[in-house]
Amino acid sequence: MNWPLLQDPPTAEPAAWMGSFWLPPAASATTDAVDPIFYFLLYLTSFFFFLIIAVTFFFIVRYRKRSDNQKTSALHGNLPLEIAWSVIPAILLVVIFVWGFNGFMALHVPPGNSMDVRVTAQKWQWSFDYPKDGVSSTVLKVPAGQPVRLTMSAVDVLHSFYVPDFRIKADVIPNRYTVLWFQADRPGSHQVMCAEYCGRDHSRMLTKVEVVPEKEYRDWLAGQKKSGLSLVDLGKEIFAGKGGCKACHSVDGSRLVGPSVKGVYGKEETLADGRKITVDDEYIRKSLMNPMADIVATYPPAMPPYAGRLDDEEVNALIEYLKSLADQPKE
Amino acid sequence: MSTAVAETVSGGNGRQHEAAESYLSAGRGLRSWLTTLDHKRIGLMYLASILLFFFVGGMLAMGIRLELWTPAGELLDADMYNKFFTLHGAVMIFLFVIPGLPAALGNFVMPLMLGAKDVAFPRLNLFSYYLYCAGAVILLYTIISGGLDTGWTFYTPYSTTTDSSVVSAVSGAFVLGFSSILTGVNFIVTIHKMRAPGQGWYRLPLFVWSLYATAVMQILATPVLAITLLLLAVERTLHIGFFDPALGGDPVLFQHFFWFYSHPAVYIMIVPAFGIMSELITVHSRKNIFGYKAVALSSVAIAIIGFLVWGHHMFVSGQSEVASTLFSFLTFTVAVPTAIKIFSWVTTLYRGSISFTAPMLYALSFIFLFSIGGLTGLFLATLAIDVHLHDTYFVVGHFHYVMVGGNVIAFLGALHHWWPKMFGRKYNERLAAIAAALVFVGFNLTFFTQLVLGTRGMPRRYHSYLPEYTDLHQLSTVGSVILAVGLFLVGGYLLASLLKGERCSANPWGGVSLEWVASCPPSVHNFPGQPVVHGGPYQFEEIESSHAKVQA
Repeated sequence: MNWPLLQDPPTAEPAAWMGSFWLPPAASATTDAVDPIFYFLLYLTSFFFFLIIAVTFFFIVRYRKRSDNQKTSALHGNLPLEIAWSVIPAILLVVIFVWGFNGFMALHVPPGNSMDVRVTAQKWQWSFDYPKDGVSSTVLKVPAGQPVRLTMSAVDVLHSFYVPDFRIKADVIPNRYTVLWFQADRPGSHQVMCAEYCGRDHSRMLTKVEVVPEKEYRDWLAGQKKSGLSLVDLGKEIFAGKGGCKACHSVDGSRLVGPSVKGVYGKEETLADGRKITVDDEYIRKSLMNPMADIVATYPPAMPPYAGRLDDEEVNALIEYLKSLADQPKE
Repeated sequence: MSTAVAETVSGGNGRQHEAAESYLSAGRGLRSWLTTLDHKRIGLMYLASILLFFFVGGMLAMGIRLELWTPAGELLDADMYNKFFTLHGAVMIFLFVIPGLPAALGNFVMPLMLGAKDVAFPRLNLFSYYLYCAGAVILLYTIISGGLDTGWTFYTPYSTTTDSSVVSAVSGAFVLGFSSILTGVNFIVTIHKMRAPGQGWYRLPLFVWSLYATAVMQILATPVLAITLLLLAVERTLHIGFFDPALGGDPVLFQHFFWFYSHPAVYIMIVPAFGIMSELITVHSRKNIFGYKAVALSSVAIAIIGFLVWGHHMFVSGQSEVASTLFSFLTFTVAVPTAIKIFSWVTTLYRGSISFTAPMLYALSFIFLFSIGGLTGLFLATLAIDVHLHDTYFVVGHFHYVMVGGNVIAFLGALHHWWPKMFGRKYNERLAAIAAALVFVGFNLTFFTQLVLGTRGMPRRYHSYLPEYTDLHQLSTVGSVILAVGLFLVGGYLLASLLKGERCSANPWGGVSLEWVASCPPSVHNFPGQPVVHGGPYQFEEIESSHAKVQA
């Protein structure tokens, strides 16, 4: 759309607006969780807004002051009317709440066949790691039609990963993981922005999601593969070497000082205090940084803390290695 | 005209109001003002101070809007831009909006509405004002000592690691918080203990009800902000880890603490505006408020539920889905009392006698703008939609529709409503109508475009932006210039009225609440005797007589 009064944007390529007046283009399956309820709410609130304004306008014209000391109605209230205008909005609000909740859950549960990409945010750039392929990139290149799960953490301050065309956003936090997913079915390029204020170049912390056909994606990966180790291989190396993990944790299921890591990722464990937890990224990280917090039942609290001994990439690598040990039976 | 109310009263007891000296001329010289214990003078000193800071905050906003004229942002560099929007937010929130309605206008009007001589603790009232000044000086010191670039929200760990002046800024906010708490205490005691004989709770003007609800929130929520800011300062100076992950802290914990105060603070800002709306709509349409109890108690309901919704600022912060779901649900429950208020104001106009005075124009503006502010809030309360809209210009648009379209418009309406009472002078009605129209048009142009920018994905706090957002940003800047012209016009004719405005009667609008019984401007002790209340604050049917009488 164009505002006739004002000059065109000062760029070589005039940016054509591909979405509707209100929303950017819908380029991911996740937009189904947002767009229908957005439009429903837009029409509903517009209706009520124009109703309020129309009634107000009618009243101020009809009941404008005609003479000084004009007597006015002694009306103090009307209980049925007051109940009606409390209950009707309340019912509509419950509908909106439930609809929004359903969409929210859809945005938070990645499909089981998602491809994993790790996202690291730091002032003022994004980096993407493809754990199974040992590739690292500053552009998020993904194959069309493939659900992608992003597991994200930050190095320094809060950031927020935002792709308007996908309607997804989550804060990226130091020392924690947050998860997003999307599935873009058509090839195309989509803007990624940092949405949580992070200092001087916050507004330049931009990159793209590039959705390409499967074949092109494979070729790109092959071209990108660096001589260095993949995260999984790096994790394996730390597990056996620098981390010293294998002294207490077996990879073949046998019991040593600590639990075996074979198939442990995604498994439900009972803790010493009776709680049940699922071994996920968050649990593994916590167990490395603060091992005494959640001890698995029947095992002694013997593990040393690794806070300060492993950096973020090494922790990620260990998690990916444990994940690969869990993946094996399925493949 | 309906000046009969005041004249009947003063004539009835044979006492001349003109004999009692006006509070403005009772003492002369700067010293008599700086050491005054008179709630009216303290209210005026607050008024002058907050208007000064409204000007400062407004100029910072103009800097922001002009910078955003071009996508690359040549006017200010990124660091300077970040300091501008941080100070704009901090100055407007802590120095203008929070103290604006309660401390400035509430201080002046509330004891008059109760038929009281003053607030319960006049010395504490003056102390609150000086605390406010001290906090303001400390906050402004941050500007000269290098500025602050964290955003007014001070999110960790950015705020614990930036090299700008975080400690002095949070110390300022800390001191300002105490000023706010003490004003709240003062108002609660005053409303409980100083009401005129015959003035039961359901005969209170609704502005007093809203100040009561506000005071409760100020007392309960502000200490949490004070503690949070103290922890932040301790973390920065002594490196004890609360929020910084590098020190073993949790950055999201800060957000919980911060919003536990700052969400109720949003209601501290808007609830007094609701009270003012009830005054403006009734007096200028000569109608009893529709559903007095529903309007009064919905303020209290909003104040209570307002404590339980802070997590709706954190739907994408990594907070658990269960918590987000609960906070979303509770947020929707706030919408019901808010809707009741809007519907009640509109219905109050039914079969009224509506005059298009400046206060009424602002009240009608409020219905339009605050409806947009409230309805856009539903988008943000809806979990799935908030994921897309969080931290975009939609949020900026929404809270300006609530804070400016609600609070500031109500403030302007109240200023025009009580200006004759404060100074005994009339302002130019024609200029007032023109200014109200300019403010309305300028405001919508500035902020409706921002709602659209937000749904289209423009993140907030961006120094530079993508070229496809240029048109809407330029339209918004044009709107902000119109808004500024309107506000300068208001300042101009109000100041002019002080010098050569026509003197007005005690009750120019024909109000029946007690402040209109007092002379104009009021005498030092407000009333010549103890007023007695015989009816509700909005009983306009028999406009020839008042329900309040003054006993000599």
